[in-house]
Amino acid sequence: MTDFLLELRSEEIPARMQANARFELRERFSDTLHEAGLVVSDSDITVWSTPRRLTLIARNLPDATAAVSEELKGPRSSAPPQALEGFLRKTGLTQDQLEDRDGVYFAVIDKPGRATAAVLAEAIPAIVRGFAWPKSMRWGKESASSESLRWVRPLSGIVAIFGEELVPCEVSGISAGFATRGHRFHCPGEITIGSAADYAEKLRACHVIVDHEERQAIIRDGAAKAAADAGLSLVEDEGLVIENAGLTEWPVPLLGRFDTAFLEVPPEVIQLTARVNQKYFVVNGADGKLANGFVCTANIDAKDGGKEVVAGNQKVLAARLSDARFFWEQDLAHPLETYLPKLEAMLLYEGMGSLREKAERISILAGWIAEQYFPERDPDTARRAGLLAKADLATGMVGEFPELQGVMGGYYAERGGEKPGTVSALQQQYVAAVEGCIPACVALADRIDTLALFFARNIKPTGSRDPFALRRAALQTIQTILVNDTRLNLKRVVEKSHEIAKRNAAIAGNMQVSDSAALASDLLDFFADRLKVQQREAGVRHDLIDAVFVLGGEDDLVRLLARVKALQAFMATEDGTNLLAGYKRAANILKQAGEVSGTAAATPPTEADATLLAALDTAEPAAATAVADERFTDAMAALASLRAPIDAFFEGVMVNDPDEAVRAYRLGLLARFTGAVHGVADFSKIEG
Amino acid sequence: MAEADAKHPLSFQDMILTLHRYWSARGCAILQPYDMRVGAGTFHPATTLRSLGPEPWNVAYVQPSRRPTDGRYGENPNRLQHYYQYQVILKPSPADLQEQYLGSLAAIGIDPLLHDIRFVEDDWESPTLGAWGLGWEVWCDGMEVTQFTYFQQMGGFDCKPVAGELTYGLERLAMYIQNVDNVYDLRFSDAVGDVAAVSYGDVFLENERQFSKWNFEVADTDALFAGFKAAEAECNRAIEAGVPLAAYDQAIEASHLFNLLQARGVISVQERANYMARVRDLAKGSCKAWIDSQSERWTVQYPGWTL
Repeated sequence: MTDFLLELRSEEIPARMQANARFELRERFSDTLHEAGLVVSDSDITVWSTPRRLTLIARNLPDATAAVSEELKGPRSSAPPQALEGFLRKTGLTQDQLEDRDGVYFAVIDKPGRATAAVLAEAIPAIVRGFAWPKSMRWGKESASSESLRWVRPLSGIVAIFGEELVPCEVSGISAGFATRGHRFHCPGEITIGSAADYAEKLRACHVIVDHEERQAIIRDGAAKAAADAGLSLVEDEGLVIENAGLTEWPVPLLGRFDTAFLEVPPEVIQLTARVNQKYFVVNGADGKLANGFVCTANIDAKDGGKEVVAGNQKVLAARLSDARFFWEQDLAHPLETYLPKLEAMLLYEGMGSLREKAERISILAGWIAEQYFPERDPDTARRAGLLAKADLATGMVGEFPELQGVMGGYYAERGGEKPGTVSALQQQYVAAVEGCIPACVALADRIDTLALFFARNIKPTGSRDPFALRRAALQTIQTILVNDTRLNLKRVVEKSHEIAKRNAAIAGNMQVSDSAALASDLLDFFADRLKVQQREAGVRHDLIDAVFVLGGEDDLVRLLARVKALQAFMATEDGTNLLAGYKRAANILKQAGEVSGTAAATPPTEADATLLAALDTAEPAAATAVADERFTDAMAALASLRAPIDAFFEGVMVNDPDEAVRAYRLGLLARFTGAVHGVADFSKIEG
Repeated sequence: MAEADAKHPLSFQDMILTLHRYWSARGCAILQPYDMRVGAGTFHPATTLRSLGPEPWNVAYVQPSRRPTDGRYGENPNRLQHYYQYQVILKPSPADLQEQYLGSLAAIGIDPLLHDIRFVEDDWESPTLGAWGLGWEVWCDGMEVTQFTYFQQMGGFDCKPVAGELTYGLERLAMYIQNVDNVYDLRFSDAVGDVAAVSYGDVFLENERQFSKWNFEVADTDALFAGFKAAEAECNRAIEAGVPLAAYDQAIEASHLFNLLQARGVISVQERANYMARVRDLAKGSCKAWIDSQSERWTVQYPGWTL
């Protein structure tokens, strides 16, 4: 058993690609060796990455692949000679080398084992050439040909050592060797690796921590400590930990400061600038609020302890923050609504008008929703919030930091003295489940408007393609309705939205669906699908949603779910499962009976018929009233009262009685029974 | 000429001279700036056209670059509508390009054990040149000081072989080296005897004021539109006539006029894409004409080379 080391050294690999590259290297290595007959267990493979190298260590490899004996079945010995000749050609054997087993020829071919080193020498170039990078490039003299090797950045060296022996191989002019390089600045010369055993430690001595997880830990702990030493607490950010580990071979977290005057800029802006542009962590003070500090991660152990590095980074951040403050002050110089005219130049999907027009539609629809469905009855604020919802997209800050859409609108609205409902509506509008009356009205209006416009153009998600995120819009609509317990007729809202959009002749002219009711029913099915997906995670059975949904006419999602949940609880009881069995039996009999011939008897033929009839007479109206009053548990109880009589009925009588009148009577009774059940849910949709 | 020294950092001009000497010693022809208004050093035909084809090509030059919309009337310490890029093109890209580049930073006084130099992913794309490449922005203590790119395509054509392009932002680098917060405070030249030092502001502050005003407020938009059309027509005529270098000049001209029209705020969002596509067509057409005019020679001199 021998260990193998492979290092692929290159110029700086983008940090975001390193995790996938490690995965790819591991998979390709295992697959390639597997094809050659070497099975390597996953736990014997270690992969590491730094910005400048991808490394794989495979432990406990056998020194040779096992010899294999392959058996091929040939023609019968009685077959015509051509068949035998063909078989001999195929196997490369002569007739005397074949075995005759009960009149059938067999060829036994022995494949000797191969030295693992030889397998590796072939595997390495194949792995490198077949490697899948999200983006790759050509470079150097070789790139004069289109066939030249592609890699994420120029590949500069390969170390391949099996045990202590070099695995001789070459890819595009780069030959494997024992030499690699340490840290770019601390240790720029070549270093010689002896084997997998000394690799990591030799690199560590040359200021390279090759294990990315170790670097991540250094950054995680070091950044927290740098902050704590100054009486601050780090705002944890695992994404930044991983990114900085992908940018460094010798990470050194350092604390820097900025002018407290910048803290007047919203904390979201400071954090985003620091994080996205500079990859810095931010820190909180003892009061839990953002403080005037940051942690950057250097890639050197600087001679002066990092003073210059910190000074330089502070300068860069200060320049960025003064840019941000410039936008903040500029934006605040004008009330939010003065940005509305600028939305005219910002177009939605072609033929759907401008953002300014959308703002108008959101405003009208949000006002209407507030009026119709929210007990607060504050349509004026909803209209105002809807109108301002998109205004921040025209501000300088959001132009610079699109991620801050909504958040900035909230700040600007607050400074402009808008009502708290408006401020909250603007802040929350891009959140999945929007809470509160005004925010919900605006979010629902915004998303339903989007859905109505695209569905009216027959642009819908297909398979995995959903370029306009319509599934998300529907899901967020559902989440917002449910989180607020908003009782609304979704179909009516969609119709209203479509009607509002149609008032704009240019937009209406591009629509393929002009009938609002047809559009609403189409969209409602889409919502139903999303609801099933969304509720699955909450443990709600999709077949039960179907069972209620197919009854039709239900577009109040809150009520629909209440009914589904009561049904699910019922189906978990013995009464429920038995009733379902009874229902299925009844439905089957009815299906097989087809057209009922003859006149039904006027009175119950037996006691069992009479009991069922009496039970139905009680349960039917009870269930109907309970459903109408939205007492769904009571509706289920009414159904439960049918269980004993239906069981007794099937036990005691034969539906297909020879007497036509009796048969017709019983079929009628069963039809009434299934009808009563359908008053609550369509049990034919229920699985089990 | 002064040497880099921590106590007396290089003046702006000495930094340029140091880079010239550094790259000259590595075999680069030191070219002069192209005599037209361009947005970046990449527009110089020594980069755009010469990065095409199989011939080795190693040059370095300073290119004054104009970005009309970046003008701030001389009031912003970091933003200029006219600034300098230092451009190095090495074709084919040498295996030690990164080391050569880091050597140039050391030459102008940046100690990599005192300052944190990093190569951070940044892929380059120029929609108006139909060009793209992979590389990094080089950070010095968190500040971007150079764009480092391996050209993959230019004018829509594969670069065979690939050229390495280094674009230094000279003002930023100088501000870093000289440790000043305002670009106008940069020492442009040093005092010599009775002759006083000159600051960047002495040379350019008034230019920034006047050109910002002209770019944003004064430039005659009718004349700019007419100029754009004229350049477009002339570019196509020159392509027809088989003089791609002259055609490319007109593509550069059209590109700059488009930038000025943007600064004047007369190009709407919808029109913008259309104008960019027109400029790209001119640039691509010029690149194609350049290839057409050279490829016979290239195939003879570089057997096996294909487009």
